[in-house]
Order: sequence, then structure tokens, then C-alpha cells
Amino acid sequence: MATKSPGLELDTINEAYWAALAEGRLTLQRCECGQRFMPPRAACPACLGARWNWETAQGGGRLKSWVVYHVAFHEAFRDRVPYNVALVELDEGPRMITNIVADNAQLTAEARVRFVASREGDRTLARFELVG
Amino acid sequence: MTTDKSLRGRYVIAGIGATAFGKLGRDTLSLHVEACAKALADAGIGKDLVDAVFVKTPTSSKEFMYGQRVAEALGLAPRWGGAWDQGGAANITLIAFAIMAIEHGQCDVALVSYADNPRSGSRGFYERARGNDSAYGWFAAMGGYGMIQRRHMIEHGTPLEAFGAVAMAARRHGAQNPHAQLQKPLSWDEYRASPLLVDPIHRDDACLLSDGAGAVVVMSAQRARQLRVPAAVPILGFGAGQTTCDLTLRETLTSTEAVRSGRTAFEMAGVTVNEVDVAQLYDCFTITVLMTLEDYGFCAKGRVAEYVADGALEIGGRLPINTSGGLLSETGMPGMQLIHEGVRQIRGTAAVQVPSADVCVVSNQGGVMHTHATLIVGSD
Repeated sequence: MATKSPGLELDTINEAYWAALAEGRLTLQRCECGQRFMPPRAACPACLGARWNWETAQGGGRLKSWVVYHVAFHEAFRDRVPYNVALVELDEGPRMITNIVADNAQLTAEARVRFVASREGDRTLARFELVG
Repeated sequence: MTTDKSLRGRYVIAGIGATAFGKLGRDTLSLHVEACAKALADAGIGKDLVDAVFVKTPTSSKEFMYGQRVAEALGLAPRWGGAWDQGGAANITLIAFAIMAIEHGQCDVALVSYADNPRSGSRGFYERARGNDSAYGWFAAMGGYGMIQRRHMIEHGTPLEAFGAVAMAARRHGAQNPHAQLQKPLSWDEYRASPLLVDPIHRDDACLLSDGAGAVVVMSAQRARQLRVPAAVPILGFGAGQTTCDLTLRETLTSTEAVRSGRTAFEMAGVTVNEVDVAQLYDCFTITVLMTLEDYGFCAKGRVAEYVADGALEIGGRLPINTSGGLLSETGMPGMQLIHEGVRQIRGTAAVQVPSADVCVVSNQGGVMHTHATLIVGSD
């Protein structure tokens, strides 16, 4: 059995994000002031209030940058190298760290990507596929 | 907001001191004591004059009241002091704090000291999981710098040659520094062939991991004259800037806090980049140097590949950088060695000396370009 990757640190704010992912939905916080933000946090970083609600992302985005790990910094990733880690900008605005489910050689700047809920052990991750 | 220029040249680095660099297997307190004792000896003063002790928190072990433990090990009871956590921008920032405290009569002579032992202790800090994003394999400072480097290559077409130029300059200079941890020049072919660790970062883009300590003595220029400090080097300007920890929250990945920090420091110093004779630029990774050159205004954004071509960063070139080897060759120490080398260049005592160096800019930078601080030293 593969070594488990590092545990998620769940708290009263981000547990809803991970629970939604387990149901196949990528969510972000939208404040009444208009600010959308990720990763989950208690207070809106724009207005500092807590008048936010969860919003389901449409799932579209663009690949802004990526790296390919040829060395593993954690034993859980030893069998996965070379693997990519990507920075994706959602169409709603917020950006997130993720993986692109594709051959590393296929990654190109500003490529259109689409969210896929990706089950992995006891958790669901928000990964992306190349569109087209 | 305008920068107060009245501090220009009124404060000095009175003395510098360092331990050996490499794998030392020593505790950080004894490293601090050795570096501070050497810095005080270099300044020609006794420790009893010191009434402020500012230190950077070590990465290899976090200790409660660490700054006070350092002062205790030095046998000092300072008025001001403590440990500051700002990554590699801490050393210049602490010098700036010392100046501002002395200016207002809160203290008189400050020791700013750095010591760490990640090489023989734990390197975990530099390889740490980056929060819940580690579920995606997002680990280590190198991952963050690689993400920034890729984006710079995307936006500006920055070629491998530009990154190689930084590494080759640092390694050429470090090879001539008898105290450097890595005294091995690097050819273009060797650079190009060095393995990809976190693509696009090659092994030779990444700094060393080192134990060691370095300290400086800070006081007013007037006090240095009273105390007959033999080789005080004036501080002409300083500045700082900070941005988010998460890369995802930054508006841009290809411009850094070097913009704000540099603008403040150059404005205070009353000099332009054209008057800079030599630069010590934080080179945790080669991309950091390239973006700092752009952000300080040595060249336009996106034009750094042309700027660094043809050995421009090497001794005899347009802007020699990291003349003692920097983080890539002298020691992975986060920044204090760059300050020391700036002082030596202005004194005229560097191993790789730029002839009649009058102005040296030093950059410090922490985290994954989260924090930046700039120091300009020069003959006044």
C-alpha cells in the first residue's frame, strides 16, 4: 500500500471546502463586499468581515504556471516523480495550487483547463484536465 | 509618502565577523558568539558598549526567547533586542531597525547577528510541506521559485543562458574566495548538464545549505569617529517590502517587493543604479537575481537576459555581482555574507575586488519572495 500523503489540516472553516470536494464540487468563498477568495479563511481579506457564503466554481480556468518535481520531498511522492504541480486561475478569479491530469510534456502556458474531482484514498482533490 | 533622506551616511557598519561555513556540527549560540566576537574585534571595540542585540530566528530549531538567549551567551544585558522571523530579509531589516532605534536615543551600539545550522541540524524548513496544498505534492521553497521562474520564462521568454550567467558569475567569484564552501567554477556546459530537480530549476540554480554565523556592529558615524573605529563603512540607504505567503494570492509572479524596497533605498541614498559599482544580490535561486536586477531598475522588465549576457555579472563586467560567491558558492547563509562582502568592497579588501568601488547595493530576500530588504553602502 502506498504511503499516505501528508494529512489535511481541517478546521471549522476549511472542512466545508473539503466536504464539498468529496461530493464533487469545487467551492470558493464569496463575500458580500464582492471579493471571492481561496484558500478558505474565516475573514474576508478585502473587507475583513465574515459576510461570506460558499459558491460553487464553474470549473473552468487557465494554467498560469507549473513545475515538475523530479525529486520527492515526501515519501508519498517517491513513486510519482516526475509529477507536475500547477498554478491555475479559475474563471471566477481566485488562483489555486493543483495538478494537471495530463502528460507533463503537454502543459502549455495559458492552456484552458477544467476541474475534475479526483478521489485519492480518504480524500478528494481538485485536479484539472486540459480542455481540447 | 517621502523617504527621510537625513539618515544617509550618518550610520555605519563598524565591524563584520563570521565563522567558517559548511557542515560545522555546532549549536547556534556558540556560532553567534564567535561571529559577534570577531565583529567587535573588527570594529575595535569591547562588548560592554553594546546595548542592542538583534538576531534572525534560526530555521533548524525554534526556541522561545531566542534573542535573549543569544544576548545571554554574549554576556550582555541589552536595552533592545530579540529574534526576528522574516526569512532571508531579516538581516538588512534588523540593521534598519537598529539605525532607527539608535537615531531616537533608544540605544547606542547594536550587534546584528545571524547563526543557523540547517546542514548538520534539520533542513526540514526548506523542504516543508506547503499547507494542505502538499496533498498535490507542493513541497519545498524550490517548488515556489520554480513556479515563479516558469512564469518569467512564459511572459518574457527568458532563456536558460540568463540563469546560467548568474550561476557562473557566483561560482567564478566563489572559486577565488578561500572561505567559500564551494570553490569550484562552473562552465556553461556543466550548468546546462546539471540535473533538473524541480523543473525548470536545475541543481546549479539552487543555493548551498550551510551552517555558520555572521554578525555586524552598527552605530552612528559620529560614534564611530569618537571610538576611532578603523574601517567603518557608511550606510547610504535602506528599504523593505513584503507580499503574501501564498503565491496564488499575488497579482503577479514576475515582479517582486524589490521594486518598493529598492525605490526607498535608492531614494534615501540619492544614487541611481547607474552609479552602482558592484552588487550583492540574494541568490537563493538564480531567478531571484534576475528579477531583482529588473525590479531595481538595472534593466527593463523582461530584458534581463540581454543585460546579463557576455559575462556582465562577472568581475570586469558591467555589474559584478556576488563577488564572494553569494548563496550559490560562498555559503547558503541567508544574506549576512552579502552584507559582509558589500562592506569589504567599499573598504577595498575583497578577495575579488572591484577597483575603486564607491557604491554597493545589497539585497536580502525571504521566503519565496515574500519579503525583501535593500541596503546601499558606499564611501561617503
